[in-house]
Amino acid sequence: MEALSLPAALSLVAGGGAGLSPELRAALGASLPLLQRDYRFERVWFWGCIQGVRGAYYIAQGLGPDRAAPRSRLYSLNCLDWSLLTPATEEMLALAEEVKGRFQGDPSFEYSLAEINPEAAARLVQSGKEPVMKEEARLIATIEQIDRAVGIVPRGAFVKTPLGSVHENRHFEGLSLVEAKKLSSYFHFTEPTNLKNKTLLEKADLDPSTDFLNSLEHDIPQGKGSWSIQLEKGGSVVVLRSLLWLGLTFYHVPMTKQFGYVYFGTGEKNLDLPFML
Amino acid sequence: VPGPGRAALRAPSEPPARPARGKGRSEPACAPDTAPTLLTRPSAAPGWLRGSISQPPQDLHRAQERRGRAGRPGQHDKRGVGHRAPLSTSAPRPETRRDKAPRAPGARHSMDPSLEPDPSHEPHSAYAEGAYAEGAYAEGAYAEDAYEGGHGPYQPHEPGYGLDQPGYSPYEDEIPDAQARMLAMKNAKAYLLTTSTKSGLNLYDHLATILTKILDEQPANTVDIIETISQDVKWAQFRKKMDTLRDEHLIPPTFEAAEKCKALFIKEAGEEEHEELDEEMGEPALPNVMETAFYFEQAGIGLSKDECYYIFLAFKNLISVQPIQTCRFWGKIMGLEMNYIIAEVQLREGEEEEEEREEEEEETVAEEEKEMGEGEEEVEQKEKEPEPPKSTYKPPPEIPKEANGTGTNKYVYFVCNEPGKPWVKLPPVTPAQIVCARQIKKFFTGRLDAPIVSFPPFPGNEANYLRAQIARISAGTHVSPTGFYQFPEDEEEEEGGDTYEENPEFEPPAVAEMVESLAMWAHHGRCVWINPAQKSEEDEEEGEEEEEEEEEERQEETGQPLLTLISEDEGMKNIPAWTAQASTNLIPEYSIAILQSNRWPGAYAFASGRKFENIYFGWGHKYNPESHTPALPPPAEAEFPSEPGITEAADPTVEEELAFKAAQEEALAEAEEEEEEEGEDD
Repeated sequence: MEALSLPAALSLVAGGGAGLSPELRAALGASLPLLQRDYRFERVWFWGCIQGVRGAYYIAQGLGPDRAAPRSRLYSLNCLDWSLLTPATEEMLALAEEVKGRFQGDPSFEYSLAEINPEAAARLVQSGKEPVMKEEARLIATIEQIDRAVGIVPRGAFVKTPLGSVHENRHFEGLSLVEAKKLSSYFHFTEPTNLKNKTLLEKADLDPSTDFLNSLEHDIPQGKGSWSIQLEKGGSVVVLRSLLWLGLTFYHVPMTKQFGYVYFGTGEKNLDLPFML
Repeated sequence: VPGPGRAALRAPSEPPARPARGKGRSEPACAPDTAPTLLTRPSAAPGWLRGSISQPPQDLHRAQERRGRAGRPGQHDKRGVGHRAPLSTSAPRPETRRDKAPRAPGARHSMDPSLEPDPSHEPHSAYAEGAYAEGAYAEGAYAEDAYEGGHGPYQPHEPGYGLDQPGYSPYEDEIPDAQARMLAMKNAKAYLLTTSTKSGLNLYDHLATILTKILDEQPANTVDIIETISQDVKWAQFRKKMDTLRDEHLIPPTFEAAEKCKALFIKEAGEEEHEELDEEMGEPALPNVMETAFYFEQAGIGLSKDECYYIFLAFKNLISVQPIQTCRFWGKIMGLEMNYIIAEVQLREGEEEEEEREEEEEETVAEEEKEMGEGEEEVEQKEKEPEPPKSTYKPPPEIPKEANGTGTNKYVYFVCNEPGKPWVKLPPVTPAQIVCARQIKKFFTGRLDAPIVSFPPFPGNEANYLRAQIARISAGTHVSPTGFYQFPEDEEEEEGGDTYEENPEFEPPAVAEMVESLAMWAHHGRCVWINPAQKSEEDEEEGEEEEEEEEEERQEETGQPLLTLISEDEGMKNIPAWTAQASTNLIPEYSIAILQSNRWPGAYAFASGRKFENIYFGWGHKYNPESHTPALPPPAEAEFPSEPGITEAADPTVEEELAFKAAQEEALAEAEEEEEEEGEDD
């Protein structure tokens, strides 16, 4: 969610019981603008927090002129001092998928790979490295996975220009109340994967400048399987909660430009989802 | 004239032009004589040059421009240069001119008045003339290409009609053929005025409105946001639908919800009496939800303030309706469609028993009805068919639920989906439900009557499942500072197992201590299950959530006693069961201790001085370091043992039968003979 509208946005997603303490809110209010200045970001998003057993990671994202370009990610343990994370590599993602259990809350904590993935461990040993994975790497991979899987925006909030870059849509006036209850009105804000294999009929209604992303309706499990859509605050705000990554909450106030998502969770994928529906 | 030839001819004309450009005067001899050639050879007028001739003023203009930036060769006549440049040869310029001249002027000299003044107008710039001619030529080539490329001549009904008429150019001010111009104008305007079949707008008016808007508002960088302005204008123009059918007035759900919330604020008549009653009773029943919320907010836990206050008001309503002695905000459980707000209450003594009795009566009535129904059915069945064999299976005796007011049923729980909606009382929990709830993991839907589709089958619907989960969470996560509660002194220890009272001499430990040592916290929400009459595995499982693996193995019934320290809770793998933190490190004087359960993510407790509270916000599921493994279906029933008595034999054939008969007769005959013999003997 946008750093600027953080206080209002946090109260909209507070229905899940998770939030930030007044101290952290105040700290973010001071440190995020400085972050924007120091790293020359055009926008700063507060991404959320990953709870560890002994501490929590607070994560912010910095956006450049192209909103869909890979975002810079930073983490902090106290919401004041931010450290830049490296971009996620495919290898990191693959390894992080196999690490189970809670985060520890210590970025230098090392997960031993020997038990988790002996092959990768052997490879690392051969190349002269220790067969361990740092929690920082797992953090990077987890953020990337969550963003890829459940980072969403409402349809029409961003437009793709003819030059290929993606910008906020000046015209976005919010989804209507009817649209806001449908999964097809929300898009994954990542590189689209199956945009091309749509039928002609489906494509007919698409507008190439806004419909350049994947919508949620084809998420697995199909139907409303991986999302819970609710109208909260007396029907004035639509809240989507991901069931795959419990803790991710998206809000949108229909007929306004307010939207955003935030993650407050343990950074573990809900692998039991098929049994829970 | 063949196209390629033309290009070849034109190409050489370029390089010489550059040296010349510097000063027109450097080629005084040839230039003047080129210009006249252009004008004086009007005879050969190839049709393809029409376009070129029709645009002299424009080119003139360009020529002048070109002269202006004479020093920059690269920018010379961009339009032509593109494909000509590579073919540079060193053919002398005059010849080219002459070559070209007969063709170029092909134009109609009638149109040339605009050209003629040119040499006189700027006599010193002979080169300009040349350049102009060249430009014109380029135009021609361009026009021709376009012509050959796609569009045929414009038809009178087409919008562009008239524009390509010889002699007409939109840039030309003086056109003798006013009629043609008018026609073109009319066509163009008619086209612009075409009304869209979709929106009923037309472009002409639209553009006019846009321009008016822009001039009125004078925004910065207009050209960048022209699309936006256009869109805005369109949106602003939506007009009233002139339809005989009226739209149904849509009432957004927001209003209904607001109505409900407003109702919470209205004080009912007669409520004041209640308040007096409460005072008489001593302890106020209404919990201070806002105060609790404040403490939890210090740790970043909790709902928004508005919602808290609505819940506060909803509690007030609940208390005014139900005979409640104590009440507490238990927490909130998320559902797929709706969420549950849960109140933990203790009903007033007496009332509870009455309710119980009512319930029992209801149950007995229901059972009687059931029996009656079954009896009738049986009678009907008897008439129809012979009685089927009866099953010898006897279900294990059902473990009775704990009595209201004890163990897991110590409290009564009321839930509602949103503050303002009616409170619903949850049924008491039975051991069977808890046992089953531990084996399944299902999302709540938010509808209490929703069925639970699971394996093993859950005995009850979502209300029962919710109640079972609440019982499990309460048992596992309700903690208090050590020493806050104590066992009553006057009772014997065994009986004292499930009662506790506040310790008046409790001295609150410092926050730092509470954070550092888990031994400063003790469970008080445990259900202590003592059921000496019937012992089965289920009892043990039910008894304690925390040490499940251990306990299942144990044969003896043991419930963890009340007020066990949480430091004795087992972790999961390498994850401790609890995490304790101070709410802030910056202002330790006012920090509070926050305890977070890792076993039940979403369960929190805080302690500050004598105040402490437990709360739960989450999906109502236990944390499992391994993936959830649903119970396997029971093994298939064994086949009936195959014995000779039940095996089917092949029918004997006729021969076999005959043989068998013969053998029988023989045997019979022998027997008779023997008898006879015996008789004879006698």
